[in-house]
Amino acid sequence: MSAIHLIIAEHDGTHFKKSSLSALAAAQKIPGACHGLVLGKNIKSMADAFAKHVPQVHMAEHDGLEHRLAQPYAKVIADVAKSIGATHVWAAATAAGKDVMPRVAVRLDAGMASDIQAVIDDKTYKRPMWAGDITGTVQLHSPVQVITVRPTEFAPVETQVQGQVSAVKADPGVNNTRFIGFEAVKSERPELADATIVVSGGRGCKSPEGFKQLIEPLADQLRAAIGASRAVCDAGWVPNDWQVGQTGKVVAPKLYIAVGISGAIQHVAGMKGSKVIVAINKDPEAPIFQVADYGLVGDVFTIVPELVQRLKAL
Amino acid sequence: MKILVTVKRVTDYEAKLQIDSSGTGVKLDGVNMIANPFDEIAVEEALRLVEKHGGEVCVLSIGSGEATTQLRAAMAMGADRGILIKAADKLDGVSISKIITQIAQEEKPDILLMGKQSIDDDSQQIAQMVAERLGFGQATQANKVVIEGEWAMVVREADGGLETLSVKLPCVITSDLRLNEPRYASLPGIMKAKKKPLDERELASLGLDLKASLSILKLELPPKKQAGEILPDVATLVSKLREVEKVI
Repeated sequence: MSAIHLIIAEHDGTHFKKSSLSALAAAQKIPGACHGLVLGKNIKSMADAFAKHVPQVHMAEHDGLEHRLAQPYAKVIADVAKSIGATHVWAAATAAGKDVMPRVAVRLDAGMASDIQAVIDDKTYKRPMWAGDITGTVQLHSPVQVITVRPTEFAPVETQVQGQVSAVKADPGVNNTRFIGFEAVKSERPELADATIVVSGGRGCKSPEGFKQLIEPLADQLRAAIGASRAVCDAGWVPNDWQVGQTGKVVAPKLYIAVGISGAIQHVAGMKGSKVIVAINKDPEAPIFQVADYGLVGDVFTIVPELVQRLKAL
Repeated sequence: MKILVTVKRVTDYEAKLQIDSSGTGVKLDGVNMIANPFDEIAVEEALRLVEKHGGEVCVLSIGSGEATTQLRAAMAMGADRGILIKAADKLDGVSISKIITQIAQEEKPDILLMGKQSIDDDSQQIAQMVAERLGFGQATQANKVVIEGEWAMVVREADGGLETLSVKLPCVITSDLRLNEPRYASLPGIMKAKKKPLDERELASLGLDLKASLSILKLELPPKKQAGEILPDVATLVSKLREVEKVI
């Protein structure tokens, strides 16, 4: 039996997120038909854009879906999955995907594999466990499966198709949740999760001012996103949203530069997939050097400004 | 107000883990076990809410008899009573969500507070599954909770910023890292906890039909990365990044 995939296109109201194309890439590892689903209000342009990659895109438009609330979203996703006879329902393992998809699994009486990093066959997946210290191979036994995908492990699909968009009748059902507001962390920089270069700072930057003074010029020079260790997020030096780690963002840029970060397991879990890792730390015994490709041991307040100067001179 | 909080017994986050002979579990001999850190944050939040609004905090764990240690620790922090559902075998997320749902239906809490994920499975799915089974609204990854009458106002850590939701009680809330800093148990708290009621029940007594929808075929340690090269100076780093790695 060939699979019928339903891939949820997450969006910000203007564009669908690139991570949804990573979910599509994972789905395509299992032969079958691919359907997309876009939910919200005024979403036609995003449905059209997603249809450039997926042959059949369903558009669930409803006032009750204006904000991405787990309860109504899960119902509509499950309704569409049933109507097309989906065998696999996919989303990126973003905060949004993690919020909604387990509810979808219950509605479909499905087993669920979270945050997968590899597809083995049509019901077997690899996923990081214990903060990535252990890789688990898991198998789902239910007729319908729900899977969330770690975006950094699957290159977004670039292949173009001429897909069809069709409106579906959406019934959001009961909703016990009201959207009050969203306070975006504003940044001129690339998004942490998508950036090709990430510069992260830790406690070795000494203070919020030290963090700014060291990390910003280096990130500016490299056009990099800024990340941070849990310690400095907890201390309130930088927004929580910048945290890289098991419980923060998982990143896998081409280049990751860790400045004054010791390299606790939970931080390493969020960045060890990076192609090249550079660590700058005064403590030669810091565990970060175990995962780094290149290390510089010394005072970050001397090394980082010199690095910026040398990059400028290139 | 009644709050039910789940507490999972997990391996210490600093433990060096090894795979056991079955290949599908980790060796627990000599490994320190702790309460899942996110669950401790959930217990703390429940205690603060009840200190403010009055009521009761009940803690629930599912697993081996040894999880009484983690339940007693939560009661030493201030939780009023505990429930342990004794289960010998490793259960999948869907089964756990069915057990928690059943206990929630018996206990009828105003809020079910859970950690956003357990640091062993890292699946981040059970709370949302329970919310769906109960037909409740949910607010995951909370970093602030305020009760306003029949609603809970929750600030949650979403992608790209902070989202504020209002959720009708009863509801499910999961704790993120920065929701609070859990208190330490006091000595009188520890003494009192020993006398607090702890209801131990066998899983079979719940009469649930649990069929695993997920099984672990294999656990493995990821390939060890070769420790990198310590470079003598910044100039060498720049040339490595430019000429060898070609990333700048």
